[in-house]
Amino acid sequence: MQWEIVIGLEVHAQLSTNSKIFCGASTAFGAEPNTQADAVSLALPGVLPVLNKGAVERAIKFGLATGAHIAPRSVFARKNYFYPDLPKGYQISQFDLPVVGQGALTILVEPLSGNAKPYEKTVRITRAHLEEDAGKSLHADFHGMTGIDLNRAGTPLLEIVSEPDMRSAAEAVAYAKALHTLVRWIGICDGNMQEGSFRCDVNVSVRKPGGELGTRREIKNLNSFKFMQQAIDYEVQWQIDTIENGGKVQQATILFDPDSGETRMMRSKEDAHDYRYFPDPDLLPLDIGSDWIDAVRATLPELPHDKQARYVNDLGLSAYDASVLTSSREMADFFEAALGDATAQAKICANWIIGEVSAQLNRDGLDMAQCPITAQQLGGMLTRIADGTISNSGAKEVFRTMWAEGGDADAIIEAKGLKQVSDSGAIETLVDEIIAANADKVAEYRSGKDKLFGFFVGLAMKASKGKANPAQLNDILKQKLAG
Amino acid sequence: MSLSTQDVEKVARLARLAMTAPEIETARAQLSGIFDLIAEMQAVDTSGVEPMSHSQDLSQRLREDVVTEANQREAFQAIAPQVEAGLFLVPKVIE
Repeated sequence: MQWEIVIGLEVHAQLSTNSKIFCGASTAFGAEPNTQADAVSLALPGVLPVLNKGAVERAIKFGLATGAHIAPRSVFARKNYFYPDLPKGYQISQFDLPVVGQGALTILVEPLSGNAKPYEKTVRITRAHLEEDAGKSLHADFHGMTGIDLNRAGTPLLEIVSEPDMRSAAEAVAYAKALHTLVRWIGICDGNMQEGSFRCDVNVSVRKPGGELGTRREIKNLNSFKFMQQAIDYEVQWQIDTIENGGKVQQATILFDPDSGETRMMRSKEDAHDYRYFPDPDLLPLDIGSDWIDAVRATLPELPHDKQARYVNDLGLSAYDASVLTSSREMADFFEAALGDATAQAKICANWIIGEVSAQLNRDGLDMAQCPITAQQLGGMLTRIADGTISNSGAKEVFRTMWAEGGDADAIIEAKGLKQVSDSGAIETLVDEIIAANADKVAEYRSGKDKLFGFFVGLAMKASKGKANPAQLNDILKQKLAG
Repeated sequence: MSLSTQDVEKVARLARLAMTAPEIETARAQLSGIFDLIAEMQAVDTSGVEPMSHSQDLSQRLREDVVTEANQREAFQAIAPQVEAGLFLVPKVIE
């Protein structure tokens, strides 16, 4: 039986503000427990929330970057539930009037199996709303008690809810990655998944193609793309097996255990409608004027998707290269700085960055921001490849030296004697000598033994100590051998 | 509108309130009275009136994104029933 997979995502992006969403306590990660839990974070009697302008501004940025409507008036609501890491007994969130309305994100999906080609897809974003994070419960043993750290309580979150538009684990991962890139790109979230700055909940269901939506189960708190992929694969198979064996999927919240690779039930969702949302009387409606929206729009950088289109249309790069180069702003900035005005060299520049630079960063465990060579250094080398000063193998030598010891391309070429011979007079002399010294082979070649061409190239390269410009050498050899 | 005993029990459970049978009956009568009042208000024709989320027609004032609070953990934890290693201790939470 054919089954169609239906996936929607809820992503909690921790906004990169200095202070919390409703009070002036710090949001810095890794502080001693409860040293950043002020009276508001602790919900002491009599305190009142005051909304952080920086959190709202980041939400507006996100809305603009996804082509969404920014609500001129939105409302904060209380979501009621009891848990010790939520001292007020409710979370301040947004319910029926969120700050960001419907938007969309276009993604490039790389199918995970087979030889299927990458394809574009637009995922609709239902809404994005502001809310506060809860604290942390530490279940390590404190004499049978639970420890509570409220440093994180009140950290601003943007919850980004997608439509159930994804049809495979590959699409879900591609969307999550694109969102992860975007929030860092526009500078609203540091994207650190280990520290929980970007957490994904994945709603999965299966149905007969085109049929009614199946019952979904929600996989909570995935903090790596690899786990997301594994969790979805496992869950989809579990749901299909359950239905095909005559069972029924019950709506539930589940957790993924990376050690066993399985999903397991966390709690049934029967109480889902009992959050008893109502407008928070401590907070007035949030008004956002068009002048504020315009001011934020003016600060937006060129977005990844626009850059990709420009790289493909103006620079002639493939969709894949464009997508890799825009996987982070650092990478795109590096590419553009290395390329400079030499747009004709875009492909070779892209190849170096996606190939050698990325591979070397990977080997050294560095990210783009820590790259030991500058875009200017790489650009200098590319100029020397383009003008024929160095061959490809010479360039590799220059690159290795730059990486290990620094220095600019010209100095390295000079010091290592890597300049290739592009003086056609010198190459001609060299070729003449070879022809004169190998009369028998020349005769064989001329009588039709084409394969000997490589033999002559080898001799000539050796005679030039590897420095002859290969294209030029080929041309001259062909011409002279033809007689 | 009249609430059932089950309605009150459910609300009590959500609010984590332990109530005796006579208390539930008292609450049921009182809450039903509130619902009657709401029913009376809902009889008013409000078509053409935009719903308000707040009783005051004002908008939220915003604060600048600046850290203003210093660490006062010692003072706050002095009034907590039980603390250890900087953490507040609570009865074990089992999920």
